[in-house]
Amino acid sequence: MSRVVTKFTRSVPQWRPRVAPVKLEEATAEQLDALKVTPSNTKVSDYVLTLAHDAESLKIRSPLFNAIMYDRGGMSRAERELGAIGASMVNHCIYCAAVHADRHAQLEKSTEVTHRLFRDGAQAELDPRDRAIFDFAQALSECPSRADASHIAA
Amino acid sequence: MKLSDTTALAAAGTAPVSAAASAAEARANIFEMTQAAEEAVLRPRNPGRWPQPLRAAMAARIARQNGEDALADQHLEAAGRFAALADPEDDGTESGLGAVISFMDKVATRTRDVQTADIVALQAGGVTDADIVRLAELNAFLAYQIRVIAGLRLMGAGG
Repeated sequence: MSRVVTKFTRSVPQWRPRVAPVKLEEATAEQLDALKVTPSNTKVSDYVLTLAHDAESLKIRSPLFNAIMYDRGGMSRAERELGAIGASMVNHCIYCAAVHADRHAQLEKSTEVTHRLFRDGAQAELDPRDRAIFDFAQALSECPSRADASHIAA
Repeated sequence: MKLSDTTALAAAGTAPVSAAASAAEARANIFEMTQAAEEAVLRPRNPGRWPQPLRAAMAARIARQNGEDALADQHLEAAGRFAALADPEDDGTESGLGAVISFMDKVATRTRDVQTADIVALQAGGVTDADIVRLAELNAFLAYQIRVIAGLRLMGAGG
């Protein structure tokens, strides 16, 4: 069995759920229907099969996620990934941080920003716009939120 | 449903003519889907082990823990016999839901500290995997909804 990854990385680790994913061959009609609207239909991941335990939620969360991350207008796709990296770092989710960092690097065709973030942490040197986005994402991800007017102004 | 009637825009107190309102208008599909996601976690057709009033109480509790009292009050209206659990001081023992409430509190307020043992404890208490995923989805949705509301409010404050 592979070890549990505890440090931030851009190499997406294998996601090993602590609950058993739904078995595709045993999925109900409602679960199969919800699985259809997920981003990848060719190979259904354990992640999505785990979420299929709550089919009603899965059916809406995939299109909602896609709209938030990929719809036109507003921040660029890479900037949205940067925000997601900020949230993942606050929540210390190694897997999510890796997925979003990998996508950020692909979109930017550069690993520079994510390399700095994972090497130097949240205070890594970023350009002013990236810094504002990252700080707002981190502040908003705390419970309760630390985000305030200064983040919006930035 | 009008966009301004969605839970997120109502709880944020977004003025009809404002930067936040025009941003919401440009992202109308997101607010519609956010409302549909709320239906799925708070009023699902198949609630599993967690009846709708209990879900409403847990939602109100998470909103309270995040300092979102308007949202908490809104969710509390549907909490019925579980209303006491909306108070973060109630640890759930009296309702026989101590382990569940303790898990929800940790996921909501100390997300970074959640470990395998937290899931194992629920499983040992007889909670099925499907019901654990339902708890996680409820928690995840609230985390999202609360942050949309907080962000909109800050945009509103800036004009």
